[in-house]
Amino acid sequence: MNRKAAWHGLWPWLCAASVALSLLLLGLLLTLLLTRGLGHFWPAPLEAVTLTSGETFAGEVIREAELPDRSGQERLYFIGNRDNSAQDSHGTRFRWVSLDTILKREAPAQLVRLSRSPWGDFIGQLEAFEHSGQRLEDNAAWQALSQALAQPKNARPNARLTLRPLNGEAFIQPLAEVYRASRPNAMSWLSKVRYWADGVGRFLSQGPRAANTGGGVWPAIFGTVVMVIVMSVIVMPFGVLAAIYLNEIAQQHRFTRLVRIGVRNLAGVPSIVYGVFGLGAFVYGIGATVDEWFFSASLPSPTFGTGGLLWASLTLSLLTLPVVIVATEEGLARIPDAQREGAVALGATRLETLTRVVLPMAAPAMLTALILAVARAAGEVAPLMLVGVAKLAPQVPVDATFPYLHLERKFMHLGYHLFDTAFHGDSVQAAIPLVYATALLLVLIVLVLNLTAIFLRHYLRRKRATT
Amino acid sequence: MTNAVTTPAVRFAPEHTSLCIEGLSLAYAGKPALDELTLDIPRHRITAFIGPSGCGKSTLLRALNRLHDLNPDVTRQGRIAFEGEDIHAAHTDVAELRRRIGMVFQAPNPFPMSIYENVAFGLRLQNRLKKRQRDDVIEWALRSAALWDEVKDRLHTSAWQLSGGQQQRLVIARTLAVKPDILLLDEPASALDPISTLKIEELMGDLKHQLTLVLVTHNMQQAARVSDYTAFVDHGRLIEYGTTDDIFTNPRLRRTENYITGRMN
Ligand SMILES: Nc1ncnc2c1ncn2[C@@H]1O[C@H](COP(=O)(O)OP(=O)(O)OP(=O)(O)O)[C@@H](O)[C@H]1O
Ligand SMILES: [Mg+2]
Repeated sequence: MNRKAAWHGLWPWLCAASVALSLLLLGLLLTLLLTRGLGHFWPAPLEAVTLTSGETFAGEVIREAELPDRSGQERLYFIGNRDNSAQDSHGTRFRWVSLDTILKREAPAQLVRLSRSPWGDFIGQLEAFEHSGQRLEDNAAWQALSQALAQPKNARPNARLTLRPLNGEAFIQPLAEVYRASRPNAMSWLSKVRYWADGVGRFLSQGPRAANTGGGVWPAIFGTVVMVIVMSVIVMPFGVLAAIYLNEIAQQHRFTRLVRIGVRNLAGVPSIVYGVFGLGAFVYGIGATVDEWFFSASLPSPTFGTGGLLWASLTLSLLTLPVVIVATEEGLARIPDAQREGAVALGATRLETLTRVVLPMAAPAMLTALILAVARAAGEVAPLMLVGVAKLAPQVPVDATFPYLHLERKFMHLGYHLFDTAFHGDSVQAAIPLVYATALLLVLIVLVLNLTAIFLRHYLRRKRATT
Repeated sequence: MTNAVTTPAVRFAPEHTSLCIEGLSLAYAGKPALDELTLDIPRHRITAFIGPSGCGKSTLLRALNRLHDLNPDVTRQGRIAFEGEDIHAAHTDVAELRRRIGMVFQAPNPFPMSIYENVAFGLRLQNRLKKRQRDDVIEWALRSAALWDEVKDRLHTSAWQLSGGQQQRLVIARTLAVKPDILLLDEPASALDPISTLKIEELMGDLKHQLTLVLVTHNMQQAARVSDYTAFVDHGRLIEYGTTDDIFTNPRLRRTENYITGRMN
């Protein structure tokens, strides 16, 4: 009796606790992505580190960890300067330093960080800025450099910089290879914010560099969105028509029920299976035939006979078709028969009833279907790897040449880009912040696409209730 | 069994007959709902159908405008003639038939559109009218349904914001707008308050001069008040049919009397 009473008092709390736990997890996920992803673009302070061995180098602190072999701590620095031949492990950009070997840490204001391609970041001193016979040094050189970089790329002077790593020889750096410069230790808070916003902007608007471990993700954003849109354009009419057939036209007997069960089960098929199907049926089947018939001039190099935007979108359409059918059908089933009969009794034909009464009433359900489909499609990676996603696609699938949308092209995708950055880059340390930033972006894109549909649905509902 | 076949008590001259039902039987998936119904429905009169719940009144009304076509489980025998023409003839335009035989359902079913669009719905289907003419017809229909004064300032707000009684009158206006010859009313006042009910009853009296009304009701007083002829249906059979005066004051059959007095208390 007593235990029963306790249970009666407890169960609402249990339910509330599970909600709280889900919210907490969601919050944690977003916080992690936000801090790690967005923090990456913040201009971190640079340190000039002097070791007990007498060596000096400059770098950005990444994190600290326990020493692997003895007690004590070590610290990871980002040092850049891949072209510095004096660095003992040539070509690496990160360096672990045991804390007990550090003699001195300073933060000199004149330390600069240059973003360059090739060779990645430079951290060290800017000695001189040479332009048409004129040589500026130190602060004057920095000012000339900032001014030069403020110009658009083609208007910059053809200057040469003299750079000196703290632990190596000075060398000449053409300005043309530098695209960004900062002196984080000397920056005001406001200019840091501006630098950060500029960094985020570049991340969103530029292509990847350095084997996807640097640069931006614009082609991947673009590819993801275009792919999702093409997918929606294909799946929505099909799904809605199928749902209309199942709910409005087909007689409700055993076979219809069987079809319905089949459709529902299709939604549970692992996505990679769809990828395999897309590869076999679309790419090798239809694609190869299309090539033989229409693009035989360019054979043996395939046009449609290889993965591409069209096949990827089609594959994902198949993947999301069950979701669309089920959600639309539920919407149709919720419409009372009285509405249909009301229209029919006024002399409407079956088609008129459908287009004027049933479909407008089912529009919110169709938007729900679209939301579910988009959420599913934007996050799928596995099937795409078989049917058209590329590690690095030189051209986005939309451009100014006819037919503007190039369905046969391979495209980049944020989900796959994430996977590729995380596992296939040459430097895990460099990839980590980009992985977080890309993941955040993927979440945001799905969120934006969904919110659009949700607002549209809300608007339709409001309009219906109050018009 | 005592419910021997009853010949209809009233027949009308063909020129006064709007609907002529002959030997109508109907079954839902083999389960009979109407059994050999034969009766005539007079033009420009109100004919009421009364009978216990589940006796087949709604089923009969739906047969008259072929609404059962939507349900593939329904089987039918017998003949229904509208203005002398068999409504099941192959050349019948069903949509046109349903326009001419309008129906108002038991529960108000306005579309999720504005009041204006609800009334315009049937007109738009025919798409014959210019906007000005359409506006006129809509005003006429709303006035005929005694709704105009209540909604004239909010024609473009949602019909779902109206009260139940207003919605039912809106549905009547929607049906009237396409100028039907017959109006089938399936318990139009069953969900309404007394005042709305009264309004709809007055409305029926007014409409009688323009069209033929068929009314299904559980309310004996209502049937007695508004109808000219009354048919008593039980278990899918027509038990007794006559002028409302006869049926209510001087029924020929015991069953009819029992039902009416039972319902009236
Ligand atoms: N769509 C349907 N499918 C199967 N049987 C039905 C259907 N509609 C009605 N019936 C059956 O047909 C019989 C007559 O129903 P109907 O709706 O015509 O009764 P009613 O006289 O209108 O009753 P009420 O006064 O309660 O509205 C009932 O037994 C009912 O169960
Ligand atoms: Mg009924």
